[in-house]
Amino acid sequence: MPAVLLRVNGTTHELDLEPQVSLLDALREHLGLTGTKKGCDQGACGACTVLADGVRVNACLALAVQYEGREITTIEGVASPLQAAFVAHDGFQCGYCTSGQICSAIGMLAEHGDDVPSAVTEHLAAGGVELTDAEIRERMSGNLCRCGAYNGIVAAIKEVAGADAAARVPAEAAR
Amino acid sequence: MTGPRDATNQNQLMTQMESPPRPQSAAGPVVGKPIDRVDGQAKTSGQARFAAEYPYPGLAYAALVHSTVARGRVTGFDVAEAAAVPGVLTILTHENAPSMKPPPRATLTNGGMIVTGTTVNYLNTDEVHWNGQPVAVVVAETLEAAREAAGLVRVAYRESQATVDFATEEEHAVPLKGNPLQRGTARKGDAEAAFRVAPVSVDLRFTTPPLNHNAIEPHATTAVWDGDRLTVHEGTQGIAWLRAHLAARFGVPEASVRVISPFVGGAFGGKGPVWAGTLLTVLAARATGRPVRMMLTREGVYRTVGGRSPSIQRVALGAAADGRLTALIHTGVTGTGRVGGLPEAVTSPSGHLYAAPNILLRHSLVELDLLPNTFMRAPGEAPGTFALEAAMDELADKLGMDPITLRMRNEPETNPIDGKRFSHRLLREAYAYGAQRFGWADRTPEPGSMRDGRWLVGMGVATAHHGTMRFTANVTVRLSADGSVLVRCGLQEMGMGAATAQAQIAADALGVPFEAVRVEYGDSTLPTGPGAGASAQTVSVAASLLAACDKLRRKVRALGEGGSLAEILARAGRDHVEAAVGSQTRLGTLAGQAKFIAKFLRDHRRWVKAGCGAQFCEVRVDPDTGEIRVSRWLGVFDVGKVINAKTAASQLRGGIVMGIGMALSEETLVDPRTGRIMNPSLAEYHVPVHADIPPIDIHYLDEPDPTMPLGLLGLGEIGVTGVAAAIANAVHHATGKRVHDLPITLDKLL
Repeated sequence: MPAVLLRVNGTTHELDLEPQVSLLDALREHLGLTGTKKGCDQGACGACTVLADGVRVNACLALAVQYEGREITTIEGVASPLQAAFVAHDGFQCGYCTSGQICSAIGMLAEHGDDVPSAVTEHLAAGGVELTDAEIRERMSGNLCRCGAYNGIVAAIKEVAGADAAARVPAEAAR
Repeated sequence: MTGPRDATNQNQLMTQMESPPRPQSAAGPVVGKPIDRVDGQAKTSGQARFAAEYPYPGLAYAALVHSTVARGRVTGFDVAEAAAVPGVLTILTHENAPSMKPPPRATLTNGGMIVTGTTVNYLNTDEVHWNGQPVAVVVAETLEAAREAAGLVRVAYRESQATVDFATEEEHAVPLKGNPLQRGTARKGDAEAAFRVAPVSVDLRFTTPPLNHNAIEPHATTAVWDGDRLTVHEGTQGIAWLRAHLAARFGVPEASVRVISPFVGGAFGGKGPVWAGTLLTVLAARATGRPVRMMLTREGVYRTVGGRSPSIQRVALGAAADGRLTALIHTGVTGTGRVGGLPEAVTSPSGHLYAAPNILLRHSLVELDLLPNTFMRAPGEAPGTFALEAAMDELADKLGMDPITLRMRNEPETNPIDGKRFSHRLLREAYAYGAQRFGWADRTPEPGSMRDGRWLVGMGVATAHHGTMRFTANVTVRLSADGSVLVRCGLQEMGMGAATAQAQIAADALGVPFEAVRVEYGDSTLPTGPGAGASAQTVSVAASLLAACDKLRRKVRALGEGGSLAEILARAGRDHVEAAVGSQTRLGTLAGQAKFIAKFLRDHRRWVKAGCGAQFCEVRVDPDTGEIRVSRWLGVFDVGKVINAKTAASQLRGGIVMGIGMALSEETLVDPRTGRIMNPSLAEYHVPVHADIPPIDIHYLDEPDPTMPLGLLGLGEIGVTGVAAAIANAVHHATGKRVHDLPITLDKLL
C-alpha cells in the first residue's frame, strides 16, 4: 500500500492507505479523528465538511490520496468564536451535524470575504454583499440538520460575522 | 372501545370527582430558564463520541447484502468473488451463520420486546419478507473491503407473489381491533345519519406518503464479545429495551449485556426498535470473535429501518349554519408489514379536538410485503392532524367563517369522544395570543387576495395536538459534602437536552447551583431509565428524580439541622448521602411496572392529558412556477410547564421544521411493482435545508398541568403536528387551490 502523507490540524501523518480510502474514512478510521461525521457518504448532507487550505470540502467525496500536501483542518483543530455562538444560540440538538456546520460556516465566511457570490446574490460581480439571513441560509444549504436547528445556526453565524450582533432569537438570550 | 352509554356514565362520574390536584412542585430558580446545554462544548468541539467512534484493537468491519426481491426464498449464494477480496474474514448467510433466537412476544414481564422492529430471524432463515431485507453480512479487516465484497455477493431467489402497493390494497384493509390505548373504532351518536342531513358539509379524501426519519447519524453499532459478555455501543432510544432484546436473542442473561449510548445522532422514533444492523453486528462479532463495527449506509437505513406508514384518510364534517359541528367522521387506512409494524393512529386527534355530538372514527390496516413501519415523531397525530385540520379549513371556507372562529365555536369542554375531563387545555388562549402576535387580523379572507410583489401570499392556521405519556424510571441522587450533586439514570440523549433539564430539576429540588449538578446517563450499568419515546422521557425521569431528591433531603435532615444540606453533611462528618428510587432487581422491576401500569390506567380512565397548540404560517407562492416558500411561522403551545426555555423552544422548532418537510418535500417512493424503495438517499428524499426555513417564532403558555409531575406534558413531538395542514391551508389562501395529497409539490398547483 502506498504511504500517504496527510497534514491534519498542523500535524503530518504517514498512513498506509488503499487508493479508494476517502478522506473522511482516513480521518475517522485511520487517524481516530471522529469529530468529522459520516451522514450519507455521498455528498448530500454536509456532516463530513472539513477545510482543505481553508476551503470547505465534503470529506466523503474526497479521496485521501488527493489531499497529500494540503492543510486539512477538522473540528478538532478549530478554535473559533462560532463554537461558543452555536452553544449560546442552541444551533444544534443531537450534535451530529454540528462539526460539519461549524467547518462549513468558517469556509463560507471566508468565501463571503472573498466576494464569492451565492445563488441569491443580486449582482454577481458587485462584491461587498451584505451577509443577510437569506445569504447565510443559501450558502449553508449544503449542511442538513434533521433536528431542525437552522434558526440557531443562522443566528450564531450572524453574530460571529458581525452582520447583526443584536440578532438573538427572542426569549432565548444566553444565560 | 367507548360507546355513547359509557360516555354518559363517565360524565356522571365526573361531576362527583374532586377538582384537579395542584402541581407537585413549583418552579424554582433555574427551572424554566434558558440554560445552555451541558454537552454544548463536547458537541461543538468534536469530542462527543457516537456509536461508531469507539476504537478497539482488532476491530473488524461489517457490511450488509440486501435482498433484491420482495418475497420468496433464497436458493443459493455465489460468494467466490466476494471471498476473494483481500481482507475479507467471513461471509455470513443463513447457511453458515450462528443461531439467534427469534424475538419473543412482548408481554408485561417482557417489556424489552416492544421494540422488536421485525419478527424476521435474520440469517437464520432463507425466507425473504421485503425488498431490501439483509440476506448476508460480510465481515472484513477494513471498511472498504467489507463494502466492496458486499457488492460482489450473488444471491439466487425463488420469488413468491408479493403485495407491495399500498394504494391498490385499500379495499382489502381490515378494521383494526383496539386496545386500551388505541381505539380501532370509536363512535358517539350516529355520525353518518347526522352527516347526511347537515346543512353545510365537506367530505374529503386525503393521502399522505411513507416518510423516513433520516436522522443524520446512520444507525451504527460497535459490538464486542468477551466470552458470554457483550458490550454494545449503539445510538438507541431505549438502552434497557435494547439490552433486554439482545439478551433474549443471543441467549445470555441481561446482566451480561452492556449497552453504551451517551450520544444519539438524532432518532425521531427510528432508533427505538431493534433493527437488523444491530443484531447482525452482534452476530458477526460472535461469529468472528472480533470486535465488529457496522454503520449502515444511508441506503441501508432505508432498506432496514422502518419509517412512517402512508395513509389514506376520509374526513367528513357536517355543521349547522353557525358553524357548530353536527357530525365528524374520520376514517383512515394505514399500512404495516407482514412481519411487524404498528397501526399509525391517524384518526386519534379527531377524538379530542372538536365538540361534535356525533363522531365516528375508524382505522383499518393493510398488511404488505414491505419493511415494517414504525414510530416516527408524533405517530398518527402528524398525518392525522393534516387531514382533520385541512378539512376544518375547507369547512370554514364553505361556511364563510374565519377558520379560527370555527375552531373556537367547536372547542369542547370535555373530551369529545368519551366525555372524560381534560387535565389541561389552553387552546383558546393559544389561538387568542397567536392571532394577535401573528397579525391574523391583517389577513384578507379571499383566496389570492394578498400579494407581495409577484408573490401570492397566504396565511394559514391549524391545531397541534399530542397525547401525554409516562414511563417508569429508576434514579439515584448523591449529594457530597462539597455541595456537588450526581444524578444517575440510564436515560438517552438524542438532542433534547435531557441531562441539562434533569440537572435543572435537581438543582432546584436540592437548592444547589445548576453548575453543582452532574448527570450520568447513556449506559445500561446505570439505574434503568425510561425509553426516550412518546415525548415522555423528561417527565418520567423528573418524577423519580423529584422523589429521590425528597428522600435525600429527609436523609440529610435526619443527620442534623441548620444551614444547607451540604453543610449538614459536612458537620455530620459524612462524605456523601445517596437516595434511590426504583428497584434494580428483576422482581422489584416487575412489581414496580405492575404498580405503575395499574396507576397509569386508572389515571387514563379519569383524565385526557395532552399538549395542544396553534400553528400559524405564511407562505409565498410563485404564480407562474407554483414554487412555495414558507416565509413566516409562529407556534403557540400549551405543553404544561417548560423546564428549559432554550432547549424546549429548539425542540418545538425542530418539530415544525420536520413538518415543513412533510408538507412540501418529503416522500419515500416505493416501486409499486417490486416493493423497492426508489429514493434511498438524502439527495432524492428531500428533507428541509437552511434555505427552506424562515425564522420560527415559538411561544409557550408555560402553565403547569395539575396532574403531571412538575406540570410537564411533553413537547418532543407536538411541534410536527398541525404543520402540514397550516401550510396546505395557507397555500389555498394564496392560490385558491386545495391540495389533499402530501407532499404539496409545485406540480400539484399547476
